Amino acid sequence: MNAPAQKPDPSRTSHYVNDALYRALIENFSDWQDDARAVTDLAVRDEFRRLLEREARLLDQLRYDDWLAMYTPECVYWVPSTPQAGDPRREISVMFDDRRRLEDRIYRMRTGFAWSQAPASRTVRLITNVEAFATARDDTRMLRSNFLVSEFWGDETRVLTGWAGHRVTRDGAGWKIEAKQVNLIDCDQSIRNPSIIL
Amino acid sequence: MTALEKINAPPTRLGGTALYDWDRLVQEDRAHRLIYTDPAIFEAEMTNIFGGTWTYLAHESEIPNDNDFITRRLGLRPLIVVRDGNGKIRALYNRCTHRGTTLCRWDKGNSKSFQCPYHGWNFLNTGKLRGVPWPDGYAEDMRDPKYNIAQVPRVESYRGFIFATLNMDALPLVEHLGPIAKVIDEWLDRNPGGKVVVCEANRFRYKGNWKLAYDNSCDGYHVAYSHRSLLETENRFAGENAKGMAYYRNSPDTQPMYMRYTGRGNHFKDKRPNLEQRPGGLWALESAHPGMEHYEAEFIRRYGDRAFALLDLAGSEPVNINVFPNFSLLGNHIQVFEPVGVEETNAIWYGTMIVDDGKVPKDAVTDINALRMRTQEGFPNFGEVDDIANFEQIQRGLMALEDEWVYMNRGFGIPDRVKTDADGTITAPATDEAFMREHFKEWKRLMKARPNLAIQREP
Repeated sequence: MNAPAQKPDPSRTSHYVNDALYRALIENFSDWQDDARAVTDLAVRDEFRRLLEREARLLDQLRYDDWLAMYTPECVYWVPSTPQAGDPRREISVMFDDRRRLEDRIYRMRTGFAWSQAPASRTVRLITNVEAFATARDDTRMLRSNFLVSEFWGDETRVLTGWAGHRVTRDGAGWKIEAKQVNLIDCDQSIRNPSIIL
Repeated sequence: MTALEKINAPPTRLGGTALYDWDRLVQEDRAHRLIYTDPAIFEAEMTNIFGGTWTYLAHESEIPNDNDFITRRLGLRPLIVVRDGNGKIRALYNRCTHRGTTLCRWDKGNSKSFQCPYHGWNFLNTGKLRGVPWPDGYAEDMRDPKYNIAQVPRVESYRGFIFATLNMDALPLVEHLGPIAKVIDEWLDRNPGGKVVVCEANRFRYKGNWKLAYDNSCDGYHVAYSHRSLLETENRFAGENAKGMAYYRNSPDTQPMYMRYTGRGNHFKDKRPNLEQRPGGLWALESAHPGMEHYEAEFIRRYGDRAFALLDLAGSEPVNINVFPNFSLLGNHIQVFEPVGVEETNAIWYGTMIVDDGKVPKDAVTDINALRMRTQEGFPNFGEVDDIANFEQIQRGLMALEDEWVYMNRGFGIPDRVKTDADGTITAPATDEAFMREHFKEWKRLMKARPNLAIQREP
């Protein structure tokens, strides 16, 4: 009897991070902010703005399970270490997480022994300048937004700022995040203990 | 002939007397809080340590071509590390000889010359002044060597690692490294062609003294606790097959790993004896990283028996090799400590990748590096963040003025625990603080010294 082929669980094993994914990621995050492909429908843009605001709120509230549920099972969270975001196969990233590593990140913070997050940072995120762009795929959009994260830890407030690119794909009536690229303006400089999720 | 200019009066002495009683500040088993908090001591370190001994600057792969440059610091001195048109590596002071303006504001690039943005003085990348606007306004001959860029007189490489010192009496670099050079060789030689190439970095900054990082570099005692969140995370699915640094959890002193001090402030912690010595032994210890199951299956399909030896190239080499005062090789990283101020430090984890030496299957190089980038991001993200949080909390703790001492006496005074070999190397269990006691002897020697420091300029 032939059992249907089981798709590996991306929370447990990482089969989808392969050369094809890296090539697609580089292509998808190159030359996408094209005025000719900008989404001008205000209602649609507002839908994406609400999606990004919700993501920011969930992270500020440390609601990591709800936050992760906004992502596709085979997702990528990528914080490049250079402003040009080079090939992640030959360039160290500030962070480059598949689903399992994102879950590691959350698991670690919940151990109670993650000293950089003990106590947890308090954060407030401002998300602005939201734009959406069409892609070659009908069911996929690229979003650009600017962010400013104020992080209070110890006895001081620090600022992390930059812009993010989200690749979102249709999921029923809504959208799920397939990949998020976080571009810190000082990504190639020494950053004071980046231990929160951006 | 190059003009040498001697630097006088290191500030560890004021009016001919010592700034501090160094023997009181650093004792056999403890160090005084002031060495981490005192601005005058920090200032003296910038001359006597970062200047007085060999300090790591950069890796040759960061400036592979003639006229490539990167900007770095020697202590607080801003430098342009450049490979000039003849391939010679120089460390130029990044400062115009006219009024002191920063000459080069870019982190890296390729240029035959540097022009000051203020009045337009133009310098060749050898440091020689090429010209100034309207030179007839000067009575002096502008070809006087004093107008050429100051540079560090001694710049030497060991197998791609570029070090520099202002100390004219320092031993040649290879002699200074001494027995640790062999450990560096082993670290390099496991890579194809005995080479690595630097590929960007995880860069951190913490509000604490630079020595807090060096005191941590060989510390096997903190792992089980400072990195408890990492150990728990990387073993959340591991079951019986403990991953990563899990071997620290149960009596690390009874394990075959050890620390060894090799002189001149240099030491290493060797965890290799804990591993199974077989192809794949290193890979078996790796915790979960993005893409690992895909590439492992793909390598077994493509390369059969050879797969695991190749996967080991993406695994973290279990050794910490530390060259005083600012350089560590650990896992596959080159870690560098950069003082920013007495209470502020950059800790930079340069990633490394392998190169094609014609012996590794060509299509494997890209894939090994893709995996190797992900394995290298693991510790900085889930380990270093907690260490530097603890370093910052030490710096705060040391503001408790009356509680003066920091202890480094683990293993001290226990008969037969610490062994000294005929060549002077000192070996102790991996959690012992012998490494710290020893590097502070070197620190003290350098702080007491009146080093023969100089800068030079092109003639």
